[in-house]
Amino acid sequence: MSEFTPLSRLAMAARVAHDIPEGWVCNLGIGIPTLVADCLPKDREIILHSENGILGMGPSPAPEDIDPWVINAGKQNVTLLEGASLFHHADSFAMIRGGHIDLCILGAFEVAENGDLANWATSAEDAAPAVGGAMDLAVGAKRIWVVTEHTTKDGAPKLVSHCSYPLTAPGVVDRIYTNLAVIDVTSRGFEVAEIVPGLSFEALQAQTDAVLHRKES
Amino acid sequence: MIDKRVRDIAEGLEGIQDGSTVMVGGFGSVGQPDSLIEGLIEQGARELVIVANNAGSGHVGLAKLMEAGRVRKIICSFPRSAGSVVFEDLFKAGKLELEIVPQGTLAERIRAAGAGIPAFYTATGVGTKIAEGKETREFDGKTYLMERWLPADVALVEAWRVDRWGNCDYRGSGRNFNAIMATAAKTTIVLARKIVELDEILPENVVTPGLFVSRVVPFQSNVPV
Repeated sequence: MSEFTPLSRLAMAARVAHDIPEGWVCNLGIGIPTLVADCLPKDREIILHSENGILGMGPSPAPEDIDPWVINAGKQNVTLLEGASLFHHADSFAMIRGGHIDLCILGAFEVAENGDLANWATSAEDAAPAVGGAMDLAVGAKRIWVVTEHTTKDGAPKLVSHCSYPLTAPGVVDRIYTNLAVIDVTSRGFEVAEIVPGLSFEALQAQTDAVLHRKES
Repeated sequence: MIDKRVRDIAEGLEGIQDGSTVMVGGFGSVGQPDSLIEGLIEQGARELVIVANNAGSGHVGLAKLMEAGRVRKIICSFPRSAGSVVFEDLFKAGKLELEIVPQGTLAERIRAAGAGIPAFYTATGVGTKIAEGKETREFDGKTYLMERWLPADVALVEAWRVDRWGNCDYRGSGRNFNAIMATAAKTTIVLARKIVELDEILPENVVTPGLFVSRVVPFQSNVPV
């Protein structure tokens, strides 16, 4: 069996960041997606949006530079870039729901081969799941990329033929970045675009519930 | 002379009835009018329906009001977060009703109430648990969900600078839910970090025009701002 190294959380974030082109307006979800902010290529202008009313969010501040009045959607202190703007929640979600955000990067519990996304409730019985802005982002952003570990901590597949958890939105995911692969969601299902060195297509399939397709070149 | 300023928190909260729907502005700690929320404990209103993004954290502000047993129901997008211990306990014990609303739908329901729009259609929530029991309709080949406006009796808002007419501006990310909740309630009570003269906020920089504001409460705290 060949040797391979799964990507770390930060390496996954860096892999996603590499694919974001100059000029895009992006919203980053909580978890690994938040780490993408620190990995953006320095030579590209990419505008980060935060649900609580910020466009042009910068990196986290040094302790002495913290402005307690400027936080992101994860309630962490952030900075504002030159050119930033501030607005209220209805305008912020008009940007999201009106299709003005180029890309949203979200975490997931499960993604199905038809692009269904489940990332807000871990069971149908959970009476108090926290949805936040996930449903608005999932249907409103022009593109949805998911970044997640390929399997759960227990090794259960997260890329499935059908989601078992309650949906955040049906048929919205365009691409998935995991610690093992980059996978496009296409009309024929999951199409593998990239695998970490040393891992075979068959070994990747073994950790995936849904059928994987080789990319047609 | 129009003067919406009141002496203190008690005067600001006068007349809030049992069973009122009360909006609470802020997102995270930014723009959260904690002293007004805690003022409600002394004010005494019971059976409140609270509209806020979160369900409080720690044992201050909203969490403290809930802990005092004054809240019957909470309408929010993100009830569980770090430190939402009071919510967890009350909810588990069946002492609190919960309505989960996607954050954008929550913001739009509030905006719609302020703008006199009783319902609207949105793609958010279609094909999910949120859609259960709600009317859907197709427009231009796509399915949308009907959502109702969300008006309130009272909005508790925190602004940065406020003048005696009630004109407000906000600091940093402090507009969040404050600027929309201010438009959606019969009585809007603003906690003013700074009370300023009428000409201090340039007309082009007023975010919440004073028309939306009922009372202006001076910020009373030893915390330096």
